[in-house]
Amino acid sequence: MENFIIHKAATRGMADHGWLKSAHSFSFGSYYNADRMNFGVLRVLNDDTVDGGRGFGDHPHDNMEIISIPLEGDLVHKDSMGNEAIIRKGEIQAMSAGTGIYHSEFNKDGSAPVKFLQIWLYPNKRNVTPRYDQVKIDTTEKNVFHQVLSPNANDAGVWIHQNAWFNMGKFDAGAETTYQLNDKKNGVYAFILSGNVTINGQALEPRDGMGIVADTLTVKADTEAEILLMEVPMEL
Amino acid sequence: MKKIEILAICTHEGILQTINRLINNNELWNSTGAIDINEAKELADTKDFDLILIGSGLTAAEEQELESILAAHKNIPVVKHYGGGSGLLFGEIYQALSGR
Repeated sequence: MENFIIHKAATRGMADHGWLKSAHSFSFGSYYNADRMNFGVLRVLNDDTVDGGRGFGDHPHDNMEIISIPLEGDLVHKDSMGNEAIIRKGEIQAMSAGTGIYHSEFNKDGSAPVKFLQIWLYPNKRNVTPRYDQVKIDTTEKNVFHQVLSPNANDAGVWIHQNAWFNMGKFDAGAETTYQLNDKKNGVYAFILSGNVTINGQALEPRDGMGIVADTLTVKADTEAEILLMEVPMEL
Repeated sequence: MKKIEILAICTHEGILQTINRLINNNELWNSTGAIDINEAKELADTKDFDLILIGSGLTAAEEQELESILAAHKNIPVVKHYGGGSGLLFGEIYQALSGR
């Protein structure tokens, strides 16, 4: 059986805070849509653009798996665990907020904007010890998906406290591939970073999202495209 | 107009302050913070609440005890709060209040 939902890019909740422009795929901050609360344990997908020299000052989080993926530019990260790092395009950052952390994320550049995805998943266990991880991701080989996140510390990409797998890939126009779920009980939320893509017969455009519950995904790039697949449990 | 009274429980003092501040930014809501389960139970005995938010730091047994006491005996919605006074807070409260 196959179920799916499509969130067109223009239907996302748009927030303009001056220094920060964010498109919320799910309810966040002052954007509340009862029909857009989550896709399984995927609770936040924010498509953020932060002005040069600006950023999120020191603020707390708890009990959430927080993933950041820079799309353009670099972020400067500091947290209450003593981590100080620069996260660049081609890297992925994961934080388990657990019992509580403070962190800040700033645009490293004084003038050019930084663009990044902020993704939050409910953890599979509350009140874990906070942790931070950051790794390089290599998506240079085209027309295949590359794993960038998993539940396993010894697997490719960062790991988190959730039975989730993220994959990214760049595709040439006309390229087609399939994605087999790691766990048949999961669903997949596909987010189109660029280009036009058809997934299981559904046409998608840049920044569209598609949540799908199916055994297999057939992914076809109708133009040159970049895609993020987020495989997540459908039950908290 | 009577405000919606919310009891927020979180053992992390800084996060509890953030949760209280964010909730109280809404003029229709009032948040009272409890730093542990004992303070939460005392407050629940002395004041009527419309909603309970369970933040971080309680053990699973404490969370279960609170849910049992407050949801079953007082019929108050109990929400497990995720994110620590984050962008999820308003959505969680709206959703819980709409389901009352």
